[in-house]
Amino acid sequence: MKTYLLVSALLFSVGLAGALTRRNAIIVLVGVELMLNAANLNFVAFWRHSADPRVLDGVMFAVFAIAVAAAEATVGLALVIAIHRHFKSANVDDASRMKG
Amino acid sequence: MDLILALLAGATVGAAVAAMALRDVVHCVLFLTVSLIGLALLYLKLGAEFVGFVQVLVYVGAVAVLVVFAVLLTRGGDAPTERIANAPWSGALVAAAVFAMLARAILGSPSLGSPSPETPVPTLSVKAIGEGLTGGYVLPLQIVALLLTAAMIGGVVIAMREKEGE
Amino acid sequence: MTSPDQIFVSAKEWLVALFPAALQPMVGALVSIAAIVAVYPAIFALTTVVERKLLARFQNRPGPNRVGIPFTKIRLAGFGQFAADGIKSLTKEDIVPRDADRVVHFAAPIVLVVPALLALSVLPVGRNMAALDLRETGLLFFFAIGASTELSVFMAGWSSRNKYSLLGAMRGIAQMLAYEIPLILSSIPVVMIAGSLSLVSIAERQSAVQWGVFHSWHVFTPWGLAGFLLFLVAACAESNRTPFDLPEAESELVAGYFTEYSGFKFALFFLGEYLGLFAVAGVATTLFLGGWNAPFTFLDWIPSWMWFFGKLGSLVLFSVWLRATLPRLRVDQLMDVAWKYLLPMSLANLVVAGLWHFTAAWPAALRWPLSLALLAAPHLLLGRGFQKRFGPRVYRYAADPRPAPANPAA
Repeated sequence: MKTYLLVSALLFSVGLAGALTRRNAIIVLVGVELMLNAANLNFVAFWRHSADPRVLDGVMFAVFAIAVAAAEATVGLALVIAIHRHFKSANVDDASRMKG
Repeated sequence: MDLILALLAGATVGAAVAAMALRDVVHCVLFLTVSLIGLALLYLKLGAEFVGFVQVLVYVGAVAVLVVFAVLLTRGGDAPTERIANAPWSGALVAAAVFAMLARAILGSPSLGSPSPETPVPTLSVKAIGEGLTGGYVLPLQIVALLLTAAMIGGVVIAMREKEGE
Repeated sequence: MTSPDQIFVSAKEWLVALFPAALQPMVGALVSIAAIVAVYPAIFALTTVVERKLLARFQNRPGPNRVGIPFTKIRLAGFGQFAADGIKSLTKEDIVPRDADRVVHFAAPIVLVVPALLALSVLPVGRNMAALDLRETGLLFFFAIGASTELSVFMAGWSSRNKYSLLGAMRGIAQMLAYEIPLILSSIPVVMIAGSLSLVSIAERQSAVQWGVFHSWHVFTPWGLAGFLLFLVAACAESNRTPFDLPEAESELVAGYFTEYSGFKFALFFLGEYLGLFAVAGVATTLFLGGWNAPFTFLDWIPSWMWFFGKLGSLVLFSVWLRATLPRLRVDQLMDVAWKYLLPMSLANLVVAGLWHFTAAWPAALRWPLSLALLAAPHLLLGRGFQKRFGPRVYRYAADPRPAPANPAA
């Protein structure tokens, strides 16, 4: 149980480090995905070690989180492509002007 | 802690680190995929077969492919020559601080302190999930359906807009 | 005394019983793995020759008919060809482009072949003959494993640093993403009706007897028939077979995503493609064509595994027939078929399957026409939409530049 939680915490931190520092918008998104997945691992681990595994809350949360992450990836990548069209770059720093 | 778990955990975290640290965007995405497959195997090890396979289907089959598509469309496929990260050390420092806090919480938690009794791996019946989705979780299911539809339309609109303006 | 039906099952039990009890699960797994790794590549070897011979027949030429047993005059009608091909590809130089990403270039064929073999392991090839019976998630496992094909295609196309490879990979990914949805949606009615994701229990369920002599194959129901046809089209596209072989269209893209592969790696790609084809054919057999069941009860004496491999072989031959008959689609037509025809039709089929489930008490004379009408209506409407877009075709020929021959009578 503790192992899973520690793995999840590590994954979260790695994802956070990437999302905070990388310049390419796609990699930032990848970092966010990693953080979401770390949370999912927690949900499933807590379900496994809960008092009654017939209560499916943990698993359900993981399934919904996967669906939401898919939606997030769609919109995020569409934004990246739109930004790339506009600024001719996928780097987050280059998209800092506040005018259209 | 058994060997399989250690190997899986090591592979998952190692691939995640590689995904965040490598220069080439495509390599990052491929390592992300390795990390996600490792997570799916961890789910299998936890007895959540359904979640594990859904993870592979959605992440490897759809999200990873979407990401590589985006990489190709934004010409990220060529290895970058300039620096890839802003202030990498401060970022790593923040992440390390976050991890230290989480680890302290996990290791210091009184309810997790005693080794959890070894329960047999529960079977996750798909039937129960189906009944849950159409029973107690109908509202979240419908909201997710709405969200996915909105995301699909949003994705199309955002990616299309400037093309029409030309 | 074992019946021929269970001969392989008993053989495996006998073999496993030779080992001490502690090792038995492991030995059992190894035997199953060895069987899968031996049988499907053997079918692949046979298929390559049969396909070349058949294609040759379709095109009115003899095809491979020389290679037989070496140093003798026995030619075996050319069926030694696969060995010659194998030795050739093994001994060829393995060329990796200078600019290629070596690790990814090396990994791509492996990422294609290993999941294909894994996917084959869930197929029940006969009564009590499934290497891996995932009671809860069999079909889901199959589709999840199949998803990794796209990644392999991308890896191969991108790592080669070749524009044809990259274009082929882009086409391949777009096509597989688009056709995966109808593939999954058209198999959902079976899961709905059978109430199980396990391929083993889906196959077992179809051995129920109907009208005295028929085994109740799913294809003998309106939703099963429509689902089977939709599945077949989507499966053809998923395994990159003509008319959906745009990712490797040799007249446009050299060889698509494996342009830069040679020698053994090329052979691995070839193997992976065919294993994928066998996998979808096997799943189509299990889901719709009764799995290992005979069509009629009086044919039950033929062993179940023969039925399974016979059906799998017929589907493969059918795909060869399609390859020889149909021209390749254009990219926009390909996408149109997936999103504007297959997707709505498979959704309509879902509704029909639901109707079939809830009208179990109705007489067949009412159920059948209603279901068929519900399927025919969207088919006709969608087809009309296509026709309106294309309109009657106008053929234009270049004008003959030569002057008309003078009339000798004038």
